[in-house]
Amino acid sequence: MSIVVFAEQREGALRKIATEVVSEGKRLAAAAGTTLKVLLAGSGVAGLADEIKTFGADEIAVVDNDALKDYSTETYAAVLAAYLQQENPELVLLGHSAIGKDLAPRVAARLDAGLVPDCVKIDYADGDFSFVHPVYAGKALATYKVKSAVKIATLRPNVFAAAEQAGAGAVSDFAADIPASRTTLKEMVVSGGDRPELTEADVICSGGRGLGKPEGFEIIEQLADALGAAVGSSRAAVDAGWREHQYQVGQTGKVVSPNLYVACGISGAIQHLAGMGSSKCIVAVNKDPEANIFNVADFGIEGDLYKVLPELITKLKEVTGN
Amino acid sequence: MNIVACIKQTFDTEAKIAVSGGQVSDQGVNLILNPYDEYAVEEAIRLKEKNGGEVVVVSVGTDKTQEALRYCLAMGADRAVLVQDPALGKADSASVSVTLGKLLADMEYDVILCGNQAVDDGASAVPSRLAEKLDLPQANVITALEIGDGSATVRREVDGGSEILDVQLPALFSAQKGLNEVRYPSLPGIMKAKRKELKVVGLGDLGLSADDVAPKTEIVNVELPPARQAGKVLKGEVADVVAELVTLLKNEAKVI
Repeated sequence: MSIVVFAEQREGALRKIATEVVSEGKRLAAAAGTTLKVLLAGSGVAGLADEIKTFGADEIAVVDNDALKDYSTETYAAVLAAYLQQENPELVLLGHSAIGKDLAPRVAARLDAGLVPDCVKIDYADGDFSFVHPVYAGKALATYKVKSAVKIATLRPNVFAAAEQAGAGAVSDFAADIPASRTTLKEMVVSGGDRPELTEADVICSGGRGLGKPEGFEIIEQLADALGAAVGSSRAAVDAGWREHQYQVGQTGKVVSPNLYVACGISGAIQHLAGMGSSKCIVAVNKDPEANIFNVADFGIEGDLYKVLPELITKLKEVTGN
Repeated sequence: MNIVACIKQTFDTEAKIAVSGGQVSDQGVNLILNPYDEYAVEEAIRLKEKNGGEVVVVSVGTDKTQEALRYCLAMGADRAVLVQDPALGKADSASVSVTLGKLLADMEYDVILCGNQAVDDGASAVPSRLAEKLDLPQANVITALEIGDGSATVRREVDGGSEILDVQLPALFSAQKGLNEVRYPSLPGIMKAKRKELKVVGLGDLGLSADDVAPKTEIVNVELPPARQAGKVLKGEVADVVAELVTLLKNEAKVI
């Protein structure tokens, strides 16, 4: 028995979610008295094994192949499935990222394995794992058991702490047959500039209908600059065409759990709260004292955001030095 | 061009969730066509309008699911198939993908469209599992779809941007908000939908047994998350409350 983690990298850099998943894998391996094996796949990625080692991996299997330069479901699924067939682990963990969400169910179907997606907690007790997955976008928490021999779960980003810890870290090459992919990447369009990815960001500044106009996001951008934050949006602002959907936070957008979430001109509709309710600290700026967002905010400022935010940006810059 | 759209009926996103006896209660909850599946059905109808062919809508569900399927027929789909069976009562993504995989194995299609996730369990698992069962290439979370000669070009949302992919057909795609603007059924559309074929089949009709679709996961408990407490609302002069907020964030919450 063992636990296997798929370590996600992008363009040769280990993703933050990978460090979180390896750390949680190590914690569970210790609880279950088993070994943690990490599969690292990509092109020119062998050097990342050292970094993975510091998060407690006992074994690291590396597939370094030009054919894995760009992520494709078919090539990566072939490699991961082959590794799992060789190792026959009890538990397989991936991040609930764009790649993990795409890859985990494809491989689960190939192995006839049960899958619990987007977990916020995993426990090991009485020889079995239990998995907590928020349903209805966080309006309820469901606890799952998996009945198949191989159990697969994806972990929500920003929920599990990355922790440096000792592991044997034995590195070996893994040879897998990589099939031709029926999908070809033509172009990667990067958005958001230097800003952190919404689901990985420690701080998120979001704007809503209360901004009153599309240009209102300029001041949200400035606030985000002062905090090194990502910029999010309520559904109302997306539906008004002020912001693209990929920035929408909520039940029909992204579910986020940053350390700090600053909601500006957002009333706090139930769908929005579902998407950001697990943030560690919520700040609300709204001129409507009755706004629902104040019912969940740790700190609220009742006032005109166009007066409050410039002052806040100045003060934050003094503190953060950004 | 033949297109299959896979749909699920879900709770309305406005629904307040109540839990009793470790289960989510469906008392008084309005059921809707999963919002992401609406984009899938809309795109299927647009492909048909442009290229000809047939749109078949399929689902695994209960009697109530017929309503969601009729809605798709009213939007413009040609026919619908519902797989309904007591053995699918606790179906998970494995059960549904095995069932739909068997149903679709005998159908002719160029494109399969799904919603990228359901707003209830938010699993995003059936599209990829189904593509695997049918040995099809897949592209999930797409916001644009252009059909070419034997292939399609799609835009797929990924972390930090989007990818433009060429995908060989037949293929499975899962729809994201932004793929299209969903139409409302017209009155003639609703009238016509009443006469369109909505076939209900059981597992036996597909040559499947209860064992074949046994769920691989089981929900052992459901509970509501701890309610967040309302915090401190700061009042006063803008300069004062902002200074107080920054101090609180730094010293009390320790988040900056």
